[in-house]
Amino acid sequence: MAKAQKIQEPLYEGAEWSFEKLDCVYDAIEEIANTELGLSVYPNQIEVITSEQMLDAYSGIGMPLMYNHWSFGKSFVQDEFYYRKGMRGLAYEIVINSSPCISYIMEENTMTMQALVVAHAAFGHNHFFKNNHLFKQWTDAEAILDYMHFAREYINKCEERHGVEAVEELLDAAHALRENAVDHYSRPVPMSREMAQQRIDDREEHKRGDYRDIWRTLPLKEVEIEDEEVKSQRQEAIMAKFGLPEANLLYFFEKHSPILEDWQREILRIVRNIAQYFYPQKQTKVMNEGCACFCHYFIMNRLFDKGLITEGAMLEFIDYHTRVVAQPDFDDQRWSGINPYALGFAMMQDIYRICHEPTDEDKLWFPDIAGSNNGIEVLKDAWANYRDESFILQFLSPKLIREFRLFQIHDNSALPHLKVDAIHDSRGYKKVRSALAKSYTVSAMTLDIQVADVEFEGDRAITLRHMVHDDVPIDGKEAEQVMRRIAQLWGYDVSLYCEDALTGKILATYDVTAP
Amino acid sequence: MMHFIDRRLNPKGKSLPNRQRFIRRAQNQIRKAVKEAVNGGKVTDIGHNGRITIPSKGLNEPRFKYDYSKGKHDRVLPGNKEFSTGDQIKRPPKGGEGQGGKKASEDGDGEDSFQFSLSREEFLDVFFEDLELPDLVKTSLKEEVEFENQRAGYVRVGSPSNMDLKRTMRHSLARRISMKRPGSEELNTLREEILDLEARGRKTKKLKELHERLEQLEHRRRFVPYIDPLDVRYKSFTKIPKPNTRAVMFCLMDVSGSMSESMKDLAKRFFMLLHLFLSTQYERVELVFIRHTHMAKEVDEETFFYSRETGGTIVSSALEEMEKVLKDRYPLGDWNVYAAQASDGDNFASDREKCLAIMGDVILPACQYFAYIEVMDEQELEIFKDEQNMTDLWRIYAQLTAGFEQFAMRRVVKPNDIFPVFQDLFSKENAGDG
Repeated sequence: MAKAQKIQEPLYEGAEWSFEKLDCVYDAIEEIANTELGLSVYPNQIEVITSEQMLDAYSGIGMPLMYNHWSFGKSFVQDEFYYRKGMRGLAYEIVINSSPCISYIMEENTMTMQALVVAHAAFGHNHFFKNNHLFKQWTDAEAILDYMHFAREYINKCEERHGVEAVEELLDAAHALRENAVDHYSRPVPMSREMAQQRIDDREEHKRGDYRDIWRTLPLKEVEIEDEEVKSQRQEAIMAKFGLPEANLLYFFEKHSPILEDWQREILRIVRNIAQYFYPQKQTKVMNEGCACFCHYFIMNRLFDKGLITEGAMLEFIDYHTRVVAQPDFDDQRWSGINPYALGFAMMQDIYRICHEPTDEDKLWFPDIAGSNNGIEVLKDAWANYRDESFILQFLSPKLIREFRLFQIHDNSALPHLKVDAIHDSRGYKKVRSALAKSYTVSAMTLDIQVADVEFEGDRAITLRHMVHDDVPIDGKEAEQVMRRIAQLWGYDVSLYCEDALTGKILATYDVTAP
Repeated sequence: MMHFIDRRLNPKGKSLPNRQRFIRRAQNQIRKAVKEAVNGGKVTDIGHNGRITIPSKGLNEPRFKYDYSKGKHDRVLPGNKEFSTGDQIKRPPKGGEGQGGKKASEDGDGEDSFQFSLSREEFLDVFFEDLELPDLVKTSLKEEVEFENQRAGYVRVGSPSNMDLKRTMRHSLARRISMKRPGSEELNTLREEILDLEARGRKTKKLKELHERLEQLEHRRRFVPYIDPLDVRYKSFTKIPKPNTRAVMFCLMDVSGSMSESMKDLAKRFFMLLHLFLSTQYERVELVFIRHTHMAKEVDEETFFYSRETGGTIVSSALEEMEKVLKDRYPLGDWNVYAAQASDGDNFASDREKCLAIMGDVILPACQYFAYIEVMDEQELEIFKDEQNMTDLWRIYAQLTAGFEQFAMRRVVKPNDIFPVFQDLFSKENAGDG
C-alpha cells in the first residue's frame, strides 16, 4: 500500500476536534477515497450530536424520523439504563442509508475518532449502500427520508382521528409480523412520499366503486345450492385470487383482511415498507462492516503515510481498530457470536492479499483473482454483487479458516453428544465454509411461514403453514402470541400447522380463536 | 462541498413521547414493582434509586421464531483448540450460551424480566398516584412567593452602600505594589533629605538628582492612584425564593419493652412513607424524633429506631415534649406541622386525662395532620378486632376523631398493611371531606 509521497504537515494534533479540523480531514479523506479507492458515494451529510441525542437516535431503530410507539420507548429506557450504569457504551456513529447519506458523529469523540468515523461511515458504509445490488434493489435512498416523514405524519393523523390506543394495537400486531413482511422474490416499486399520498387518494377513489364480492355475499344461501365439487373449485379460485400460498404475511393482511379499514391497511403498509428497507442490511452485515472497516483502515493508513496524522493519532486509531475487529473464541467469556466486523474486515484484507501476494494455496483456490494485482477492483466488485452468504461461500479462504481456527459442530438435539464435523484442515475447509455461509441465509434468520389457506365458505378461518427444516421447530408460545395478533388483523380464527419439509408430516398445530 | 452540521443544540428528549408511551403501557407492572420496592426494600432508598425490575410479560414483542433448543443445527465457531474431526463432545449445560436474563418464575416456566430506571419524578408519581395531601390549610404558601437576599460573590458595579472595603483595598494594594506606586514614607524620607541638603545651603549635583527623583516619584504617585475604580468591588446579592413551603414532621414512638423489633420496623416504614410524601409536597421537611417510655426525649434518627429503653409507658410525656419543641423551634405561622405516632397502644391509665387535654388543646389544633398507627401482631389483632375491645391509647384517641378532621388512626399488623393504610390515610376522599 505504501507509495512514495512527500511528507506533509499533520492536519491536526491533540484530541480536541473543531469544525475547521473536521473540514480539513474530510477533504483529505475524500481525496484518498476518490483517487486511491475510487469509491462512489452518495453526497454526505454529517451531523454532530451529543450522547443524549445518540441515545435518542437509538430508539426509533436509528432512523432520524420515526413514528411513535411504546416499543421504541422500551428499547430507549433499556439502552439508557445500561448506558447510565456504565454497562454498555454508545456507538461512535450511526449512518443512514439515504441520499444524502446522513452520518451522526458524537461530540465526545476525539479528533482521531472523528476521522475514523468519517472514513468508516461517510465513505465505507456510504459506498456499500450506494453500490451493493441488494440495497439498489430493495431500498430507495432518495425517497426514504421523505417516506419516513410521510409515515410519521400519517400515523400522527391516525392517532388524532382514531385514538392512540387503536393505532398502538394495530402497530403491535404489525410489528409482530415485521419479519414476515418481505417479498423475497419480487422487487419492490420505489416509493416516494408523493406517490404514497397519491396512492391513498386513488384507493379512496377506488373504494367507492369497489365492492368486495367475496365478503359481501351471503354465504348461507350459496352453501345450500353448492355441492362439494363446486365448493372446492370455488376454493381454488379464491386461492388463486389471493395468490396463495403467500409468504409476505403483512402484505396479505393489508390486501385481503376482511375487517381492516383503509387507514389500518395503510399503516400495515408503512410497517411493511420500513421492514423491507432494512431487509438488505440483515443480509449484508458482514460485508457492510467489512467494507467500512477496510475503507477506514486503508484511509487512516494512507493519511499516516502522507504525514497528515501524527504517530499519536495513528496509535490511538490502531488501538481502537483492534478492539473493534477482535474476535473472541467460542469458549471466551466475551463470546457472543461471530463478530461481523472481525470476519468482514479479515476477509476484505485477505482478498486484497490474495490479489497482490498470493500463495500457492491461494492460486489453487482462487485462480480468478490470485495475483491479479487489482485488489481494490476485486473488492469493489464483491461489494457490489454479493451478499453475506454468497460472499463467504465464494471468498472465505483456507488461510482465514486457519487463522480463526473455525470448526463446525453438528448439534442434533435427539443425540446426547455434539459432533465435530469439520475443522481447519484440508478435509474441512469446504464444509466449514459452506456451513458458515448457510448460517447467513435469510432462512436461517426467518422462519418459512406462509398463508396456506383461507376458509371462505364457513368460518373464514385462515391457515398458516410453517415448513420445518432440519427438525428445528417453531417457538410455540411466541407463535401463539403472534397468532393472537394476527387474529386482530384478520378478524376470524387463525390456525398454524408445522409441516416437515421433507416428509410432509404434520409436526404440530396451533389454534387461536378470533377476539 | 460537504458541511458538517452542528445538531448539538437541537432539542433533546426526542424519545420522550416513546418513553411516556412505554411507561403508560407498563403501568400496571410498574405500579406493582413500585409497591414491592416500597414494601420490601429499604425505605430510605425510595425515590433515590429508581432502578426497578418488571416482568416483561405484556411488554413482550412476539414474533415467529425458532426454538433453537431442538432440531439439527450446524454451527461454525472460532477458536478451536483441541477438537479433531469426528470428536464427540458432551453437550454444554442448558443456558450456557451466555444469554442469561431468564429466571424461573413460580409457575415453572421461565419468564424474562426487564430492568430499567425510573426518574425520581416518575417513581413518585406512581407511588403517590391517587393521593393528595389532606387539608392544606396554609395554601398561602403556594400563592405568594417570598424572596430572600442571598450573597452571591462580588461584582464590579453596584451601589456604594454595598461596597466591600476589604476586598477593594486588597485589590488596590495589589495594584499599587505591582505598579510600583511610591509610598508616603519613601517620599517623606526623600523630602527630608532634600530639606536637609537645602538647609545646608549647598546646591550640589546630588540635590538636583534628588529633586528630579522626587518629581519622578510624585508624578508616578499621581499616575498610579491610591484607589482606582478598577479596584472597587461590591457585594452582590441575588434574590432567591424563600422556601415558602416548609414542614416539620414529628415522629413519636413508644420504645418501651412491649414494642417488639418487628413493631418498630412497621412504625419506621410508616414514618418513612409519610416523610417521603411530605418531601414531594414541601421544599423543605424537617424531622423531629421523639421517643418515650415513661418519659420522653428528643433523639436523632439512629437512636430513635435502634436503641432500647426500659420503663413504663406514659404517652403524655411525648406529647409534652412535642409541644415544647414546637414552641421553641417551629413557630406556627411559619411551619406546617405533621405528626405521626406509633405505639402498641399501652398507656398508664392515670395518664388518660392528661393525654386528652394536650392532644385536644395544643397538639391537634397545631397540626395539619396527625396520624396514629397502632402496631400489633396477629394475635393482638384477633383480640382487638371487636370494637368494644381496645387498647388504652386507642380508647383515648378515639374520642378525638370526631372533633378533628386532621386526625387519623389505623391498626397495622404486617408490612403489607402499610401501603394500603397509607393510601387510605391520604386518599382523595379524605382530602375532599376535609
